[in-house]
Amino acid sequence: MQERKGRIIRISGSLVVAEGLPMPQMYEVAEVGEQRLVGEIVRIDGDRSYIQVYESTSGLRPGEPVYGTGSPLSVELGPGLIGQIFDGIQRPLKRIAETSKSIFVLRGIKLEAVPRDRKYVFTPSKELKPGDKVGPGDIIGYVDETPLIRHWIMVPHGVSGRLIEISPEGEYSVEDPIAYVEANGEKTAVRMLQKWPARRPRPFKEKLEPELPMLTGMRILDTLFPMAKGGTGAIPGGFGTGKTVTLHSLAMWSDARVVIYIGCGERGNEMTEVLEKFPTYKDPWSGRPLMERTILIANTSNMPVSAREASIYVGVTMAEYYRDMGYDVLLVADSTSRWAEALREIAGRLEEMPAEEGYPSYLQSRLAEFYERAGRVIAVGEPKRIGSVTLVGAVSPPGADFTEPVTTHTRRFIRVFWALDTALAYSRHYPAINWITSYSAYVDTVTGWWAKNVDKDWRDLRDSLYSILLRENELREIVRLIGPENLSEPDKLIMETARIIREGFLKQNAYDKIDAFASPQKQVKLMRAMVNFYRNAKKLVDSGVPVKVIREKTQDLITELIKARFTIPNEELDKIDELDRRITERLSQIGG
Amino acid sequence: MQTSQYVEYETIKEIRGPLVIVEKVGSVAFDEMVELELSNGEKRSGRVLEVGLGYAVVQIFEGTSGVSTKGTKVKFLGKTLEVPVSEAMLGRIFDGLGRPLDGGPPVIAEEKRDINGFPINPASRAYPEDFIQTGVSAIDGMNTLVRGQKLPLFSGSGLPHNMLAAQIARQATVRGEKEEFAVVFAAMGIKYDEALFFRKFFEETGAIKRVAMFINLADEPAMVRLITPRMALTLAEYLAFERDMHVLVILTDMTSYAEALREISSAREEVPGRQGYPGYMYSDLASIYERAGRAIGKKGSITQMPILTMPADDITHPIPDLTGYITEGQVVLDRGLYNRGIYPPINVLMSLSRLMKEGIGPGKTREDHGDVSNQLYAAYSRAQELRGLAVIVGEESLTDTDRRYLRFGEAFERRFLSQGFYENRSIEETLDIGWEVLSILPESELTNIKDVFIQKYHPRRRSSGGS
Repeated sequence: MQERKGRIIRISGSLVVAEGLPMPQMYEVAEVGEQRLVGEIVRIDGDRSYIQVYESTSGLRPGEPVYGTGSPLSVELGPGLIGQIFDGIQRPLKRIAETSKSIFVLRGIKLEAVPRDRKYVFTPSKELKPGDKVGPGDIIGYVDETPLIRHWIMVPHGVSGRLIEISPEGEYSVEDPIAYVEANGEKTAVRMLQKWPARRPRPFKEKLEPELPMLTGMRILDTLFPMAKGGTGAIPGGFGTGKTVTLHSLAMWSDARVVIYIGCGERGNEMTEVLEKFPTYKDPWSGRPLMERTILIANTSNMPVSAREASIYVGVTMAEYYRDMGYDVLLVADSTSRWAEALREIAGRLEEMPAEEGYPSYLQSRLAEFYERAGRVIAVGEPKRIGSVTLVGAVSPPGADFTEPVTTHTRRFIRVFWALDTALAYSRHYPAINWITSYSAYVDTVTGWWAKNVDKDWRDLRDSLYSILLRENELREIVRLIGPENLSEPDKLIMETARIIREGFLKQNAYDKIDAFASPQKQVKLMRAMVNFYRNAKKLVDSGVPVKVIREKTQDLITELIKARFTIPNEELDKIDELDRRITERLSQIGG
Repeated sequence: MQTSQYVEYETIKEIRGPLVIVEKVGSVAFDEMVELELSNGEKRSGRVLEVGLGYAVVQIFEGTSGVSTKGTKVKFLGKTLEVPVSEAMLGRIFDGLGRPLDGGPPVIAEEKRDINGFPINPASRAYPEDFIQTGVSAIDGMNTLVRGQKLPLFSGSGLPHNMLAAQIARQATVRGEKEEFAVVFAAMGIKYDEALFFRKFFEETGAIKRVAMFINLADEPAMVRLITPRMALTLAEYLAFERDMHVLVILTDMTSYAEALREISSAREEVPGRQGYPGYMYSDLASIYERAGRAIGKKGSITQMPILTMPADDITHPIPDLTGYITEGQVVLDRGLYNRGIYPPINVLMSLSRLMKEGIGPGKTREDHGDVSNQLYAAYSRAQELRGLAVIVGEESLTDTDRRYLRFGEAFERRFLSQGFYENRSIEETLDIGWEVLSILPESELTNIKDVFIQKYHPRRRSSGGS
C-alpha cells in the first residue's frame, strides 16, 4: 500500500503543521518526523494538517516527513488489560521501563497495550455451535483474565453472520483467530483482540435507571451522599483537601467489579503509591488483591499535555468494554481540571477564540460528552447482560474557587457533588467533605436497596442524622454571636450530638486498618446508636435535665462511641449494639 | 570552535521583547540553541521557540536590549540546550546558565544532558518513605518530610524562610544512615544579600564542598530564570541516579520564576489564564517539581524544597495555588506568628505533608506519632476557633473544657512550635513535647488517640505508671 506522506512546515510546542499529507482525516493518528512521534490531526486547513503531538517535539525540524496512519486514535481491547499501567495513549509503562532500561519515559517508543506474547486459555461458549447466527456483542467464550475477572470474548462490532468455526478450549494469543463468521460468502476471523476509536462511545441496547448504590465503605458518602452504579459524580476541592486520598479510597473499597484509575496531569508518586499498594491490599468484597480488578492510566503532570487530553477517552473506552461484558465499572479521573487545561492549551496553540478564563467555548460540550458515557445499560448482544460505568471526576478549582468554569460546567452534568472543604482540611477533619454544600441526587433511588438489604430504618435514621447536622450548622452562626453557654438546652443537645456525629461518624481515617472501610451494616449501627442517643437524651432534656448533666454522666460511653469507628471492626458489630444498649440504659438511669 | 560549521544568518526581521524573529533560515530544529553576535562583538544565547519553513522565533536569554536587526549575526548551534554534569560541580558556584562564578576552572563534563530531562516513568518510581529528621518540631511532628518528597515553603516577603531552609539543610538527617548527600541550590531572581546569606551559611557549616550553587540575581535577565532551575535539576538527577547520592534541591524564589514565565508569555502574545499568567503554567511548574523522587533500582534520591513568596501573603494567588496542586504538601509561614515572636512561624493548620503517613510509625519514628499528630491538629484547630469566639463573646461565656483548649493553644505555640535556630530536636523530644501540651486537655478530649498509647505515653500515666 502506498504510504501517505507529507512534510513538516511549522513547529510550535506540541503543535506541528504539515503540508502535502494526502486525504487527511480529523482525529486521524499521524506519525511525525524521522522518529515517528505519535500525534493526532486536530485541524485541517486546505493542504495543511495541524497535528497535536503526544511526545516532546524538541529537536524536530521543518521538512521532516509526516505519515498518515488512516485510523483514528484507537484503544486496544482484550485480555491482559487488567493490572497494567498505561500512559495517556495506552502505552504500557511497565514494559516501556523494561524495554528501555531507563527510569525515564524516552521518546519514540512504541509498544502494544495488549501483550501479544502472552497466551490465554480460551473456553468456547457451550451455547454456540457452528451454523448459529451471531452478531455484535454476542459472547462466544471466555478467558479468565484474573481470578476476579472472567473476560467474556464478544463478537466485535461490525461483524455478524453465521458462525462457521469456533476453536476448542486451549491456549491462544490475542491475535490468533478463535472463530470464523461468514456473511454473504465472506469469512471474517474473530480474535480476542479488538480495537475501538477512543473518542466514540461504544453502543448499548438500552439505558436503565441507576438504582443500586455504589458502596464505597466511606460513611459520609454511602450514608449521606450515595453514589449509584452508573451514576456520575465530581469531587471538587482546593489543594490539600484530600481529593486524591478520597479517590484512592473509592478505587480501593468500592464494590465495583472493575476499577479504572486515571491519573490525568497529577503527581507521579500518586500513581506509584497505587502501584505499590494495590497488589498488597485486598478487595473487601472478594478478598482478592485489588490489582486483579484495576487498570491504571498515568499521564502525570510532567508528561506531554496532549496525551493528557487523550487519556480520559482511552480510559472511558476501556470502561465501556468491561461494561459490555456485564460488569459494574468505576472510572475515577484525577483530575478533570488538568484535562480541561490540556484542552485550553491545545486550543491556544490552534489560536482558537477563547471563552471564560482562556478555556475554549466547547469545554462544556466536551465535559457533557464525557459524563454522558456513564450509565447502567443493557449491553448489545446475547446473552443479556446489564453492566454499568460510574464516572467520578476530581476537579481542582484554582484558589478553591467553585465558581470557576470547570467546576460550574461540571456541576451541570453530574448528579453527585462531593465538595471538599479547605477549612475542614485545615482542622484535619478527613474526609473533608462539606456536608452542607455536597449533594446526591441518588438518595431516593438507592433507599429501596438499603431497606431491602441492610436495614429498613436506613432512610429514617439517615434523615434524622442529617437534620441534626443541618440544625447544628444554623446554630454555629448563633454561637458565634452569643457563645455556646447561652444556647437553649435542646440546642445544646443538638451541638453535643453533632459533635459526636462529626467525630465518630463523618470523620474517617483512610489509613487506619479498621476505620478505612466501614461495611454498610457498621454504618447503620453507628448511625443508630447516635440517633438513639439523641432521641433518648432529648426526652430527658424536655423533662428538664440539663445537657451538662447528661454529658457528665455519659462521657465515658460517648468517648467509646466516638472511638468505635476505629476500635470495632466490621466483624464484631454486636459490640456497637451492645454499646448502644449501655448508652440507652445509662440515660434511663439519669431519668430515674 | 566547533560551532563554526554552522551557517550564520543576518536576517533578523523583527525584535519583540525577548524574542527575535529570523528569516530565510535553512533547517532549524525546534528547541535548538542559538548564539547571537552583536555588531560590537558581544555574544548572547537563546533558543528556538517556534520554527517554520524559512523562519524561526528565537528567545534571547540575556534580553534583546542593544540588539539591532542590522549587523547582528545569528548562529544555530544544531543542538538543544545541554548542560555538562559532573560530580566535580559540587563545591562550585555558577551563574544562572551554568558558567563558573567562583573564578574556578571550567567544568569537565562527565556527561552532557538536555536540561529539560525526560519525565520519570511512574512505573519506575519508588514511593518515598524514609523519614528525614529535620529537627524542627512543626515539620517532624506534624508535617513530616520524607526522602524523595517535594515540599515547598510558602512564605511572604520579610518572613524567615531562608533561615528555616538553611536550618533544615543543616539539620536534615536520615537516622541510622551515613550516606552520600549533596545539596543543589538554585536561586532565581533573588537579591544579592540573600545569595550571600546562603553562601556564607554553607561555608560556615563546612557543607560548601557538598553544595553546587546556581545563582541568578534579581537584576539579571528574566529569561535566565527559566533555565536556572532546570540546570540545577539536571545536575541533581545525574548525582542522584548515576552517582547514588541523596540530593536536596533548594529552589528559591519560585515566584520570580513564575513572573519570568509570565513576562515571556505576554511577549509572545499568548492567551493568558489567571492574573495574566499563562494557561500552561501548571504544566510548566510540574516539569520542574516532578523532577524529584526515588526510582526502583537506584540508590540515590532527589528531595525538593522550593521556596516561594506569596504575593500579598495570599495563598490563593496562582503561584502558590498551582504549586500546591503539584507538590506533596506545603509548609506555610505565618506573619501573625512571626509578629508574635515565634520562630519558626509555621502555620501548621495550613501546612501539610502528603507523604507523611508512609514515613512515620513503628520502626520509622514512633508508634504513637500518627495519633499524636492528628490530635494536635484537631486540638489546635479547636483552640483557634475558640480564640475567635472568645474575642467576641468573652472567655467567661466558654465552658471549662473550652478554656482549657485556649490554654492548650498558647502552650502549643510557645512550647511546641517555638524553637531556636540552632535547636535540633529529635523526633522523640518532639513527640514528648506534643504529649506535654496535650496533657493540658482532659483525657476524654483525646478522641484521636488509641487507648494503648494514652496508657503508655500520656505524662500523667507515665509518672504514675512506676508506682
